[in-house]
Amino acid sequence: MTDDVVAQAIPAAPAEAAIPPFEPVVLAFTCNWCSYRAADLAGTARTKYPPNVRLVRLMCSGRLDPTFVLKAFASGADGVLMTGCWPADCHYRVQNVKALRRFELLHRVLEQLGIEPERFQRFYASAAEGSQLAAAFTRMIEDVRPLGPLGWGRVPAVAPEDLPTGEAEGGAAEPAALEAVGA
Amino acid sequence: MSANGKHRFAMYWAAACGGCDISVINLHEAILDLADHFDIVFWPAIMDAKYADVEAMPDGWIDLTLFSGGIRNTENAEVARLLRRKSATLVAFGSCANEGCIPGLANLTTTTDLLDTVYEGPTMDNPDHVRPASSTMVPEGELHLPAMNRLLQTLDQVVEVDYRVPGCPPETERIAEVLGLLGAALDGKATLPVHGSVLGAGQSTVCDECRRDRGIKRIAQFGRLHELPPLDPSLCLLEQSVPCNGPATRSGCGAKCPLAGASCIGCYGPADGVVDFGARLLSAFASVVDASEPDEIDRILDGLPDPVGQFYRFSLAGSLLRGSREVRTGATSATASAPATATARTLATAGAGR
Repeated sequence: MTDDVVAQAIPAAPAEAAIPPFEPVVLAFTCNWCSYRAADLAGTARTKYPPNVRLVRLMCSGRLDPTFVLKAFASGADGVLMTGCWPADCHYRVQNVKALRRFELLHRVLEQLGIEPERFQRFYASAAEGSQLAAAFTRMIEDVRPLGPLGWGRVPAVAPEDLPTGEAEGGAAEPAALEAVGA
Repeated sequence: MSANGKHRFAMYWAAACGGCDISVINLHEAILDLADHFDIVFWPAIMDAKYADVEAMPDGWIDLTLFSGGIRNTENAEVARLLRRKSATLVAFGSCANEGCIPGLANLTTTTDLLDTVYEGPTMDNPDHVRPASSTMVPEGELHLPAMNRLLQTLDQVVEVDYRVPGCPPETERIAEVLGLLGAALDGKATLPVHGSVLGAGQSTVCDECRRDRGIKRIAQFGRLHELPPLDPSLCLLEQSVPCNGPATRSGCGAKCPLAGASCIGCYGPADGVVDFGARLLSAFASVVDASEPDEIDRILDGLPDPVGQFYRFSLAGSLLRGSREVRTGATSATASAPATATARTLATAGAGR
């Protein structure tokens, strides 16, 4: 084998275009009594939805502390979907209504902080509505995709050019990027 | 400990108003007790000192340092690291050092916009568009000034903090307690509190200290004091439509504001167990909104025209998101905010009411 033959066998570095396109990561909070069962039903029925959605099961949408949503964004999620029971269907009577009120107010806070409204949405799904929930997941992903990465968890709190040397020493760490989600 | 048997004491202000220093000086006669226990080795607010003096001290030489103010520029960060190294015990003193306080609200605005406002505002005459620069050439050579950071940080985002004293400013009586406790502990007459704990405050909320009567909360509107009918002086302010931050705010102040008829603004920071002050408070407010339909909920929430200002007045820099997206990540929203709002509402409603 000549040098030329070997050299030709070495693959070129991937071109810029070969970098995979942005895939949003959406955290979906589900209610144990309705939307989690709906997601389960979607799975049993082999309904397809994008793998970009990560589910977190709560006992009720009313359990969705706004802190969880902020934590999700701060940790690198590109979108958050709140799902729960239809009004009047709540296992805990009215907690889904309280969740709705918190959703509306948290929405206002997020908008003021510059987070696009499409990144935080809500959806009602009963335990029988697997295909509807799968469709909602797909819609949400397609809403978030054109917005690009939110990028909250991946950048330092201070611009690198502002950082004096030795920033790392003794400094409290940034919240770790949500690798499990971002992977 | 100094040769005279006293402990060494330092106090510093970074991005702060100086109110914390005044609150300590406000000890009046009790400040003599402070002088009995401590040798003041560095305190720019009350005595002349140079950073070189601090640099010359051995590491861990200062027994107790109260650090007030957030980290706004490279000088603040440098002195924070210096004092951390020189101090055996470093206390984040006051709201700025703990959560960023009012200066932390600048995390909603880019440094360019901040400087434009200050240097080109309506009251400024600045024909040469002068801005502060970290380096300036003059005939004699190059001059350096500290550079402004993009984001205001809290003290514990830059160095490790041993204790926290909340408040804007901390109440003077509580400062006396803290200095008494730490002084006694340094004397070996008391045990040091658990590392990282909050001193000079309670664990519960301002509501627990407030003597106003509380009933079942159902809020049909939010309003400002001058927009509301005369208030019942014995009844909870929140129940009377005044947005009062007591439900998430740490106790310790004695609920002075609500008891005087002014709403709590949250200066004592998050109560024990609260990760994000604003999230906890908005959760408390939203839960008791007296409406079940999105339109009606929206109408009531319109009574809170500045949600971030209401929920993060003192705690934005220390919150989970720390600031606006533009400041935090250097990116702007992909969509303009006004049309985006309309789209989102439609999307959310469409999703819900299909």
